[in-house]
Amino acid sequence: MLAFIFKRSGVMLLTALCLTFVVFFLTNLHPNLEKLAKAEGSMRMSDEQVQSWLDTRGYTQPLLVRYGEWLGVMPSYRYTKPDGKVVGRCIKPAMDPAVAPQYCGVLQGEFGLSSVFKDEVSTIVSKRLGLTGWLMLFVMLLMVPMALVIGVLAGMREGSKLDRSLSTFSIATTATPEYVSGVIFIVIFASSAVGLKWFKGSSASAMDTITFANFTLPVLTMAFYGMGYIARMTRASMAEVMTAQYIRTARLKGVSFPNIVMKHALRNALIAPFTVIMLQFPWLLTGVVIVETLFNYKGFGWVLVQAASNNDIELLLSCSVVAVFVVLVTQLISDIGYVFLNPRIRIS
Amino acid sequence: MSSLTAWEIALQIIFQFTYVWIALAVTLAASIYYKDRLGLYGHLFDSRVGTVGLLLVLFWVFTAIFADLIITQDALAQVSGMKNKRPGTPVRGLEGAYYLLGGDNLARDIFSRMVMGSRSVLTIAPAATAFAFMVGITLGLPAGFRGGRLDTNLSFLANLVLAFPVILLFFLLVTPEIRSTGVPIYLAAVLFLFPVIFFVVLFQSRFYTQPMKRNLYVGVTLVLGLWAYSGLAFNADPLGVFYMEPNLLNIFVSVVFVNSPTVYRIVRGLTMDIKTRDYVAAAQTRGEGPWYIMLWEILPNARGPLIVDFCLRIGYTTILLGTLGFFGLGVSPESPDWGMTINEGRKLLSIYPHLAIPPALALMSLVLGLNLLADGLREQSLKD
Repeated sequence: MLAFIFKRSGVMLLTALCLTFVVFFLTNLHPNLEKLAKAEGSMRMSDEQVQSWLDTRGYTQPLLVRYGEWLGVMPSYRYTKPDGKVVGRCIKPAMDPAVAPQYCGVLQGEFGLSSVFKDEVSTIVSKRLGLTGWLMLFVMLLMVPMALVIGVLAGMREGSKLDRSLSTFSIATTATPEYVSGVIFIVIFASSAVGLKWFKGSSASAMDTITFANFTLPVLTMAFYGMGYIARMTRASMAEVMTAQYIRTARLKGVSFPNIVMKHALRNALIAPFTVIMLQFPWLLTGVVIVETLFNYKGFGWVLVQAASNNDIELLLSCSVVAVFVVLVTQLISDIGYVFLNPRIRIS
Repeated sequence: MSSLTAWEIALQIIFQFTYVWIALAVTLAASIYYKDRLGLYGHLFDSRVGTVGLLLVLFWVFTAIFADLIITQDALAQVSGMKNKRPGTPVRGLEGAYYLLGGDNLARDIFSRMVMGSRSVLTIAPAATAFAFMVGITLGLPAGFRGGRLDTNLSFLANLVLAFPVILLFFLLVTPEIRSTGVPIYLAAVLFLFPVIFFVVLFQSRFYTQPMKRNLYVGVTLVLGLWAYSGLAFNADPLGVFYMEPNLLNIFVSVVFVNSPTVYRIVRGLTMDIKTRDYVAAAQTRGEGPWYIMLWEILPNARGPLIVDFCLRIGYTTILLGTLGFFGLGVSPESPDWGMTINEGRKLLSIYPHLAIPPALALMSLVLGLNLLADGLREQSLKD
């Protein structure tokens, strides 16, 4: 077990390195840097001025060196101005270059400055992640129990009328991406022209206080799309368990049907959905981005859109690190959890 | 002229789709008549879910084919005074013409835009899915069959792409800046090579004992394949037949790139399962080559799950394309792309709900059709 975790963690680390390097490469393409220089300096800079702007900030070094600096395993670039002043990424304003640290990358906890929000990237990301955390919490609280109930009810009597209608329902939810269901929900429940006006179409106020009126629609929208997939996986797993020998034995013994489902089938049927639910997290990121844009809830997804559309390189990089980290950790947990939950693998 | 009532709008829309209804009726009648000879496709009509799914998909396929005959207005034309008008408003200055589903915020006909939007989706999504399948099959078969280091490396690469959040990849890959660096072209150069490799190996492994036939098939594949390859990937087609807009190429390549690792994983898993069967052992004893076994013994026997996944994946690709359009990364700002129309409409959603609803329902019904079709196919292929 320990060797397994060790090996998985090693692969995960390697994956993280590769992925962050790809993101670093894609965000630091030359046209992006040029755009950054013009946005930070002035729009009317000549090509030579852009080049010197990039030179003095170390952007013209080889890509691997810069990746190392960003990661914090290479000493950060320093430039001595003609007047003898030393500037660099690690040297904050009003800091003596002699005492400033040599390394200041992600490993040292330095995520850099956002060029759009003019603030530390780490404070922006942590604040926005908190907001998204609330969204995710409510989505999970709604989505997981609903999906499991639908899946178990559909799977316990395969081919019955209940199974057919619930299965069709879950297929329908997987066919409704967030930008479709969100739009429909807003029109039905929030539109001032024709709707029921139960909820608000914007969740901007939910950033301060979450209420039933301003937070229901985004949570519902996100849960709706993810639910069908988990429900179908649960159904398949449940249907398989219900054909097992020990269920037949229990039936022949005369155990009542509710008892069979609750005491015998459920435990084994929920192993597979656990993996699916964990793997659903990275999927939810797309949903978070769409829902936060649609409902104007300024969380992590919103920041990601802002960073990407405004060429905010440092912020986009950090967002990617967070996203990749979440994906890899949930994968690890699902792998370990699967082994842990499944007695057939755990004991052998 | 007064506006149309809801009933009149509905009747008018049903009437506009006349050609689609005729085509659907003919297809359905022919399919049910020849049901017993059509294999899996014929069995599909035994399941209600599958039939409904097939009808939905065919509806949109025929709509895309007959789009020019269905539309009531030019999808790009802006008529002054028709901005954000309610459904059923008569067109100003045109006798007997109506904006059946109203006008959008640039005074264009929403109904015609929705109909025309089906074209771009129904060409890009199946094509991108087919390319992703070519890549996934060409890499997944040897990985599953041989195993070992090849499998480890390819699986690591596939997991790498899969661990990348899709939305992030799109934000990084579909930008005007990246087009100027040529990254999409390099990706296209790699990804578009796989179909050519696939078909060459397919014919070579089967017909290498009959050089005449082999030369013909491989030759035709190479000429056609490399011709299309040069045009699509590098825009260097000497005759100018094959060509893709840089923006479209960018989107196409990104979608193929995102989808192929999943296909790879499915094909690899199926191959590992099937290679233990007796007929594979029999082929090995006969002295068949590894590629023959993979492409002519294993692949045909893996077709059931692959066809099901193909349907599901077209639906997923449609959703992805819509997501791209939703974030303004769509094919072109003018085009009646569903995702982009939803994005434009959502800003005025609480005052003018009719802007975003038609494309949203269109996208949903197409994906729903594909998912139901996949479910029906799965059910029927398991029965065999």
